This record gives sequence, C-alpha cells and structure tokens, in this order.
Amino acid sequence: MRILVCVKRVPLTGGRMVLTPDAQSIETKHLGFTISPHEECAVEEAVRIVEAAGGEVVALTLGPAEAEEQLRDCMAIGADRGILLQTDGRDRDAQATAAAVVDAVRAEEPFDLLLFGNESADAAGYQVGIRVATALGLPVVTGLKKLEVQGDRVRCERDVGGARDVYEAPLPAVLTVLEGLNLPRYPSVPGRLRAKSKPLAIVEAAPAEPRLEQLRLLVPEGQGKRAEILGEGPEAAPRVVEVLRALGVA
Amino acid sequence: MNVLCFVDPGDELSLQALGFARGLGDVRAVAFDGPYQPAAWAKALAAEPADAVVAAGSDRGNELLAHVAARLDRPFAANVTAIEGETVTRLRWGGSLLEEARLHGSPLILSVAPHAHPAAEPGAVETLNAPDDGSPRVLERIEDSGFGVSLREAKVVVGGGRGVGSAAGFAVLEELADLLGGAVGCSRVVTSAGWRPHTDQVGQTGTKISADLYVACGISGATQHVAGAKGARKILAVNNDPEAPILAVADYAVIGDLHEVVPAISDELRKARA
Repeated sequence: MRILVCVKRVPLTGGRMVLTPDAQSIETKHLGFTISPHEECAVEEAVRIVEAAGGEVVALTLGPAEAEEQLRDCMAIGADRGILLQTDGRDRDAQATAAAVVDAVRAEEPFDLLLFGNESADAAGYQVGIRVATALGLPVVTGLKKLEVQGDRVRCERDVGGARDVYEAPLPAVLTVLEGLNLPRYPSVPGRLRAKSKPLAIVEAAPAEPRLEQLRLLVPEGQGKRAEILGEGPEAAPRVVEVLRALGVA
Repeated sequence: MNVLCFVDPGDELSLQALGFARGLGDVRAVAFDGPYQPAAWAKALAAEPADAVVAAGSDRGNELLAHVAARLDRPFAANVTAIEGETVTRLRWGGSLLEEARLHGSPLILSVAPHAHPAAEPGAVETLNAPDDGSPRVLERIEDSGFGVSLREAKVVVGGGRGVGSAAGFAVLEELADLLGGAVGCSRVVTSAGWRPHTDQVGQTGTKISADLYVACGISGATQHVAGAKGARKILAVNNDPEAPILAVADYAVIGDLHEVVPAISDELRKARA
C-alpha cells in the first residue's frame, strides 16, 4: 500500500482569537502550531494500515517553510517521508491548494489511498479532498469515522446523527476523515529522532490568484461577556440549585 | 438571479438555506430520489442552469456543493452567514472567527451556515434525476450508532476538562448528569489523554451540543471546545481560576475546585428533592 496523507499547519489558538492589525490573519506571535485535528487521525490511520499491510506513507503539506515542523511530526509517528509544497506564507484558497496537491500526486504516482481531513480547523472549506479526487478522476468518500481496506476495496462508515451510512470504493480512492476515527499515538522520543533523518522534499508552490478571495477577518460579536458569579466553593451549591430550577432543568 | 437550492427533505437546515436562497432571487428547490450518491447528484446539479447554487451548511450540503464546484472549476464558500453582491461573510474556526471574502466567477456556489437564517416554508420541491454513474453511494444504513447521539440531543450536558484530573475523576460528573437526566461530555484534552471516548467530546471537531444547560467543569474554554458548547442555551462554569476564558462565554460561574463543588451541587439537589 502506498498512502499519501495531506495535512495543514494551523495555530493552537487557546482561549481567544486576536487578529493582526491588518485583519488578514490571527496574531500567532505567542502561539504554537499543530496539525489540523482531523488530519492527525488521517496520519495515524495511514500508519496503522501500512504497519499491518506493508508499504509507504508519504505526508504532504502546502505551507510556509515552518510547516516542515508538521511534516516531521507526521514522520515521528511513522510516516516514511515528507513533501513540502512551499508558499510565501500567505494562505491559498481551496482551488489553488487542490491544484498544487494534484500536481504533486501526478509527480509521485501511483498511490492506493489519498487521505485528507474532512475540513481544516482554520479555513474549513470542506472541499480540497473532493477537488483533488475530481481532478484525478478518483472515487471519493468524505466525513469518515471508520475505514477498512479489504483487498482492492475500502469499506467506509460515516456518522449520520444516530446511525451510520456504509460506503464502498475501489482503490485507488480519496478519503476524507474526521477526528474520532482513531486515537492518534503520541510520538516517542526515538520516533522523533528518526523523523529528523527521514527524507523531506521541498517543492516551490507556484503563486496563484485567489478565486475565493479573503478580504478581512472579523471576531464575532458577543465575545467578552462576564459570567454572573454564583459563589465560591461548595457553599455556592444552594444558589446553583436555585438557578437550575429557574432554568427548568432541575 | 436564478438560484438553484438543494433541499434534503426533512432537514431543518435545508429549510434555513431555502429561506436564505429566496433572499437572493428566484429559487428553484430541488431534491433527489434513491440512495445518496454525492458525485452523481452533483453532476445533475451542475448541469442545471443557475446564477447561484445554494445548499445547507450540513455534511451533505457542503459535500454536494464541493462536488459541484470541483466539476465546474468554480470557488465554493462554505458556511455563509450573509452575502452582499459577490462578497460573503462565512464561518472559520467553527464559528470562532468570521471571514469576508469575494467569490469570483459565476455561478455563486455557497452553503448557508446553520442557524444563520430562519427556516422557510418548503413550497414546491422538484425531484431531479441522477443516473447511477458508479461513484460511491450509501450501500446500507446501520441504525445503531456508536457515535454519541445522546450528547447531541441531551437537555443537560455536564462536561469535564483537564481540571477533572483523571478518568476516575469523572464519577462526580456522571453523578450530577444522572441527577439532571443529562449526559457527560468532555474537552479534547480529555479525549487525547484517553480518559473518555471521542463520542463524549464537545467541540469544533467533536459534537456540537444544543442543550438547555451546559455545566463546564474544569474546562479552561479553548476556542476548539467553545465552538461545540456555544449551542447550549445557558452555560454554567465551575472553575478554580477566575481568569479562565470560559468565564467570558459562560452565563454563570462558581469559582472553586470542581471535586468539591460538583458533589455539593448533587447533594443539594438530592436534599431539595427529599
């Protein structure tokens, strides 16, 4: 099995979103970065499949030079190598991102599986995996919380609010997954050390005109209210029960 | 403007999307028969003439429009809350941030963010034909779900975060949830630590709750978590840190150690009922 996993570098936002003065991005001066959560599960799943069946896991990202950190994270939990489609740091829209991924896939083919997160934590466009599948003429199933490779097919399950829809696709296929698919392992120290010497290819991503053109970001209204303090410690319990009764839940 | 709007029969979010679409122009509401087959349905949608293609910002709505946009090689704006000309306002970060963006080219392809617009009367819905093209489709529906429906529909959710300290620490939250006829939830930190299953996770990448009351215990209030909790009508935070960000989104708070406060609330409830 050869599996490509596509990930995105996103800031660890913590408790409050603060924007840069030009309102074009989140202020990240004091923030760390991570792999967007759904994609962490995609990497873990790819590594498990290859551990069981043999093969290769290639991790790919489109982003600034610093996104090497996220590719090394993928390699630390078992990806064999990385491809960085390097940008100048400005976010690409979904069409440009998908086009760059398609070029990279064509240069690296063949893959049996192409795994994506269902949507990124930050832009949440819900479309890169589907665009890549369409351009490559591959079947795609999205929003998966379970997948099982069975010979030359993959069986997939998707949560539909109290029930599960079952799909099947022939390989090669594009799948987009959700957090909860698995519990990603924590990278071990030897894993981190090995990751440092695994191969990383850096490819310059060609500039692209946005078609979904970000004008500015806004923090929604209604943030920064103050909770009514009902009391301190266990002595607050009677007041809490009064409030629960007033709300009709007790 | 001629607007094509996909309607998923029986889906409340579709009726909201329909209401939004009617604000754009003349709407043709369409649906499909037979098992869900996104690529084939999108092929049929993309073949219809339209100045705008609209659907709900639901799993299916976003998926179908992504297929339509990919097929037509046009941009697609997911989870739009407002539109003026070609400029949309849309959700990023599960709604913790908004983006104003310009959609270039025609047709405009956009999904409508949940609860951004009141639901409309369905009116006439035309059924389009989408021949099976061999692309993946729903083969079977398994009715029992391991994926945590109780949390989504619970009237009260008692959630725990890092402050709970261990898997065993959730016993006091279970007790309070039982007394209130509610469900237990948790933050992403808790799931990652393996203290609770992912089905219990409230958040941007977990379950989005719509409870009458959410009791957030030992939860700092990361945007990841708040994105799933803010659908609750009221939020009560129990936290030992009066500076915790959760207090800026909660309606009520008790400052103190959840391991003391939560059992005291349970005791008081039992006393009040005796």
